[in-house]
Amino acid sequence: MSDWIDVCATDDIEEEDVIRFDHGIRSFAIYHSPEGEFFATDGLCTHEQVHLADGLVMDHTIECPKHNGQFNYTTGKATRLPACDHLGTYPVRVAGGQVQIQLSE
Amino acid sequence: MTTVTTDIPPRDYQLSDKNAQQAFDRGLASAEWYHTDVDRKVMKALMKRSDGPAIRDTLIWLCLLVASGAGVIVLWGSWWVLPFVLIYGVLYGSACDARWHECGHGTAFKTAWMNDAVYQFASFLVMRNPVTWRWSHARHHTDTVIVGRDAEIAVMRPPDLLKVVLNFVGVFDVWYSMKALLLNVGGVLQEHELSFVPEPEQGKAVAAARVHVVIYAATIVAAIVLGSWLPLILIGGPRAYGCWHMLMTGLLQHGGLADNVTDHRLNSRTVLMNPVSRFIYWNMNYHVEHHMFPMVPFHALPQLHALIKHDLPAANPSIWDGYAEMIPAFLRQLRNEDYYVRRELPPTAKPYREDLREI
Ligand code: FES
Repeated sequence: MSDWIDVCATDDIEEEDVIRFDHGIRSFAIYHSPEGEFFATDGLCTHEQVHLADGLVMDHTIECPKHNGQFNYTTGKATRLPACDHLGTYPVRVAGGQVQIQLSE
Repeated sequence: MTTVTTDIPPRDYQLSDKNAQQAFDRGLASAEWYHTDVDRKVMKALMKRSDGPAIRDTLIWLCLLVASGAGVIVLWGSWWVLPFVLIYGVLYGSACDARWHECGHGTAFKTAWMNDAVYQFASFLVMRNPVTWRWSHARHHTDTVIVGRDAEIAVMRPPDLLKVVLNFVGVFDVWYSMKALLLNVGGVLQEHELSFVPEPEQGKAVAAARVHVVIYAATIVAAIVLGSWLPLILIGGPRAYGCWHMLMTGLLQHGGLADNVTDHRLNSRTVLMNPVSRFIYWNMNYHVEHHMFPMVPFHALPQLHALIKHDLPAANPSIWDGYAEMIPAFLRQLRNEDYYVRRELPPTAKPYREDLREI
């Protein structure tokens, strides 16, 4: 079963920025792109499990704060070493001014 | 400044499975490190990338390198060549290290290919395999001065001071770098390299080493054919005779400070320097700041320093002052390897993370 879960209000994330969203034991990174769209990926870098929300968003790239590995957050693809493995991505929508993420139970 | 001794067994710096396990068991490997609180908006502004400062500095660097190299060629055979050799040597054999470093982090330029191009060029100058050293530096940031984990500890305890002094003319560094490159050429990665270079990257390390070694071999052939040292003075040689500034600044990064801690304020040193050294070193003198926030480009480190200095030990006011602190610490470590310099925090700082652990 899949559920849409409230993350935050749309204006809680600046454009070209990211926030951390923890749900149960899982952590996610929620992005606001320069075009005003929202995206969600796993919250921890695939290289050494560091929270990506402390990193830097540049266009569609998130750069990890620990070793500057990069991912395309719209696809999850690792684009710069030392990040090699891709991130999981999750559907996101905006409903009633809320950013929501869809997670399968 | 206070001085501290602890009573722990001799250090084993090998990057072995046993030492890695010990570091993990003690919570030192891949640990959570102390960070000074910085407002997210402010940090975003500091992390922001731009090409301008790095293009400016790289053009100055390359122009000076070419001009001094041309001076060496034109004046070869006369004593007037000496100042040109000295300048060329430092621009080649010392400035390369900071360019390698900043572009390896990918923070110097905003444009990725510019970082990559300068990284490859500087890796050649500094005689580092661009693949293995990318991974060793990632480990250095994960486990900074953690014994048995960090592959880039410049001065191990007890310090081998003869080695330190000889490295000012690259004696050991060049030997170890060449040995590693030649082994890589033959498809061999050493045990410590295998401990941090993932398998899919190992073939790339071999290919990169082959490119470097072909250039060095061509330089040696040119020297023999021309019957002149000039080719080696221009290529390869500066890594030895021109690396003194890299050593002088690099030793200050962690020398004489704590190991096996998870607070960069205890194991790293920020030193205020003259503008020429800061240009050569690309602001890596702000070393505590760099380790705490590796996303901040070199040109924003002075601003970061001003922002968080209330939470850091006072920076050493000069290179001289840094050495006045570090050399006595090295000398004491000859008798007691557990000795280290523990610098006072200002009253405005949060206390050190007191999770010093034995290894
Ligand atoms: S932890 Fe993200 S790149 Fe290393």
